[in-house]
This record gives sequence, C-alpha cells and structure tokens, in this order.
Amino acid sequence: MTVLQDRALVALVGGVLALLVVASIVGWILGHRITSGPGRATVDNINARIRAWWIMALIFVVALATGRVVSILLFSFISFLALREFVTLAPTRPGDHRALFWSFFIVTPLQYYLIWIEWYGLFSILIPVWMSIFLALRTTLAGDTEHFLERTAINQWGLMICVYFLSHVPALLMLRIPGYENQNAKLMFFLVLIVQLSDVLQFVWGKSIGRRPVAPAISPNKTWEGLIGGVGSATLAGAALWWATPFAPYQAGLMALAITMMGFAGGLIMSAIKRDRGVKDYGAFIEGHGGMLDRIDSLCFAAPVFFHLTRFFYMP
Amino acid sequence: MIAAALAAGSRLICGASVRWHCDPSETKQRIYFGNHSSHLDFVMIWSALPPRLRRSARPVAGRDYWERGAVRRYLAGRVFRAVLIERGKTGDKSGAQAAIEQMAREMGDLYSLIVFPEGTRSSNGLVGPFKSGLYHLSQLRPDVELVPVYLENLNRILPKGESLPVPMMSRVTFGPAFDANGGDKAEFLLKAREALMQLRDAR
Repeated sequence: MTVLQDRALVALVGGVLALLVVASIVGWILGHRITSGPGRATVDNINARIRAWWIMALIFVVALATGRVVSILLFSFISFLALREFVTLAPTRPGDHRALFWSFFIVTPLQYYLIWIEWYGLFSILIPVWMSIFLALRTTLAGDTEHFLERTAINQWGLMICVYFLSHVPALLMLRIPGYENQNAKLMFFLVLIVQLSDVLQFVWGKSIGRRPVAPAISPNKTWEGLIGGVGSATLAGAALWWATPFAPYQAGLMALAITMMGFAGGLIMSAIKRDRGVKDYGAFIEGHGGMLDRIDSLCFAAPVFFHLTRFFYMP
Repeated sequence: MIAAALAAGSRLICGASVRWHCDPSETKQRIYFGNHSSHLDFVMIWSALPPRLRRSARPVAGRDYWERGAVRRYLAGRVFRAVLIERGKTGDKSGAQAAIEQMAREMGDLYSLIVFPEGTRSSNGLVGPFKSGLYHLSQLRPDVELVPVYLENLNRILPKGESLPVPMMSRVTFGPAFDANGGDKAEFLLKAREALMQLRDAR
C-alpha cells in the first residue's frame, strides 16, 4: 500500500505539516514582537528549531513515501553522522583506528542490510554479541593497552547508541502485526512524532513554568515541571493518535508514555556523556555545526523500547 | 565532476567546519601554508576553498609518491593539478633550490599554492619546526600573500601509516595574511609557525 492510499498516514502527514505552518507563523510573529532582551535569544532558538523541524519532517515524509529502502538508507546515514560525532568526542588512540574503520564501513551498513533482508535473529545480536567480541579483539591485536578497557567500552557504546539503538526505527518495518500488514510506516511516524512532540512540549512547559531542575548536575534546563507537563501532554497526544496505530486508545497512550519516558532518559544520558567528554575537549567541533546527536538522542533510546514492546505485545 | 565528488566525499568523512580570518571571496594569488599530519591535509584545504579559488589552487607534493600508479598520476595531474617536486636528500642545496624555483615558476600570475613547510607529516599531531622552503619561496614571490591554515583532527582521521580513513569532525581555519615585516630567515620561519599556531586557539 503506498502512502497516498493509506488515509491515516495522509492525515498524519497533513497534521504535522499543519502544525509546522502554525509553528512558523507563531515564530514569525514572536520574531517581530520581541526584538531585544533575553527573550530574543529564546525566540531565535525557537525559530532555528522550527526550521530544523521543517527539514526533518520533509526528509522523513519523502523517505516514508518512497518506501522501505529509502527509510533504511536515511537512518543508516543518520547513524553514520551520529557515530562520526560520537567518535570525535571519544578519546581514541591510533590503536583504535582499524576497529573504528570496521564500525563505520562494515558494521553500520551490515546492521541496516539485515533490516532490508529482514533477518531479525542476526539483527538483534550483531552488535551486542558478535561485534562486541570481534571489535574488542581487533583493538587488542593492535597491541596498545593504554586505557584499553575505557577505549573499547566507549567504542562499543558509540555503536550501541548511534547504530544499534537507532536502527530499531526502520526495524519497525520488519514487524508482522496481524491486521496491520504493510502499514508499519505509520508506526515509524508515530514513534518519531511522539519523540519530537515530547521534546517540544518539555521545552515549552519548561520555559513557561519550569522551576525545579530534575538533575541540576547534568542538565539545568530539564525541570520537573517540563518533564511532567511534556510527558503528560505527549502521552495524551499519543492516545489521540490511536487510529493510526494497531493499538487501542489507552494502549497508544501507554506506548506514548513509554516513548516519552525513554526519550527523556536518553536526553539525560547523552547530556551526561557530553558533560564527561565534550565540553572541554572537542565541544567546539560540534557547537554550531553538525549536532546530529543532539537531535536524535531521545529517539535513540526510545526506539528499541518501543520496538520490543510492540513486538512482545502485538506479534503472535 | 571528479573534483566536486572528491570535495564532497572528503567533507563527508572529515565533517569539516571552515573558518575564515581572511576574505574568501578575494581571488588574489596566495600561498596557503598548513600543518601537516595526514595525507588528507591538502585535500582538506583544497575542498574547504570555495570552488572559484579551488580551481586556481595547486598543492605542492612529492613526485616520487604521486607518480606511482595510474590513479595517483591522474589525480595529481588532472584533478589537483599538483606541482610535483623532486624530494631531495637532506642537505641537498641545489635540489631544494631547484624545487623552490619550480614552485615560483609554476605559480605564474594565476595560481595559488598549498604547501606544508614542516616538510613531512607529524606523527603525534604536534606542529614541528618549519623548513626554510617557505622563506625562500616568499623571497622569490614577494607579490603573493602568505595565508596560514590550521588543520585540526586530521591526524586522527587518517594517521601516518594508515591507508583507510575513520570519519570524524575536523576543522580548517584560514588565518589572516601573514607578514614577517622584514627579519632574517630564522625569524621569518619562527613567526610564520607562530602565526599558524595562533589559529589553533582563535575562535
């Protein structure tokens, strides 16, 4: 079934585009109203985010509309860019070079190829089992034991977050749900939309009434008010979108709750990693440039959980 | 087309952000001098240049390396239009002299050059002392601007001794034109190196 025949998908896409139009108009009005002071920086930030969403939404919609292969290629490219950023921040040594080459040019394409041929068994263990052994061995053979445990652990983490976790977004296309055949693109849309909505709503709630930080040592911008307001409203939005999913309304709400909680956790974990690595070393490389990891941190951690919840409860 | 693909490919691998402290739109002749830690260095400077400047920028490279094999010969000759010089032994005065004269001659009144005054790739990412070639070249071509270019992280992307790159974010910083204001050879080389090093901390 192509996108245009699936009316629920058309409705989803139309809804997102309408939201973006509204957001752009609001951003434009704010940009004319607020011309100075600290509010200006916030408005510029919001407008930059809206522009980024437009680009993301258009790319994502094109990928969905053109089918499975393009979606898989799109996410493998995102994995590549994210891993590139992650490795830049990692304290690699020359002894890691060959293992890293494998990570980028063999493991990443292979992981996504397995989605394409729908080999779920190997897809789910390639990186956590086979590659964690092989790449550690490859690094060992390079003969440099300085910070060995730290380096191999960091490289494995990079592959897990940037490639393994993220690959669970297009892997949703592999699920065979009775009564929902050939409609899995909407599951991908549901996941990405809820993650993005939750990020936005947390930002909005946090900016407007946020007071008490959740984890001041890690991310002072994340507040309890933002978390509860954002998660609550994104969960309601998820429940309201049940018609696009194989879930009943309350189930769609629970799925959205799981997605938003994992997204929040992902953002927090990635902030901790950035605190540890980025700020003093190569923070400036990322700042203002790339920033793919900042865009997808919540998605990386929400995707495998959503995938497995759906697989566990909805596949016979 | 091969040139555009190479430039895009190297940006994909090296994710280079480019910063300018001189005017990238000026088309005057320049000698870009950079720190050398990787085979990718000149490709990176070359692809960081806007296409109009790229077409007239020629890297200086060793003839022995670039004339081995058809692919390298094609890239050096047709794509990069490299100025290929004989790499003499250390202390071979007349050979070095000939190489400098060749560079000055091949610039003509059109081309810019990309050179690495350390003479060889550093294996630890630090910037070594400059050899005298840059000084002699500037004596022969006082009409040409000297622009320092600082390259970061390329020694991690393609370190000495490796033949395959690992993608990482890197940065290319073009400095303001360097002027030694007279001074003898040793002073010139120290100042030029300092001008390059300053770009590392420039934000």
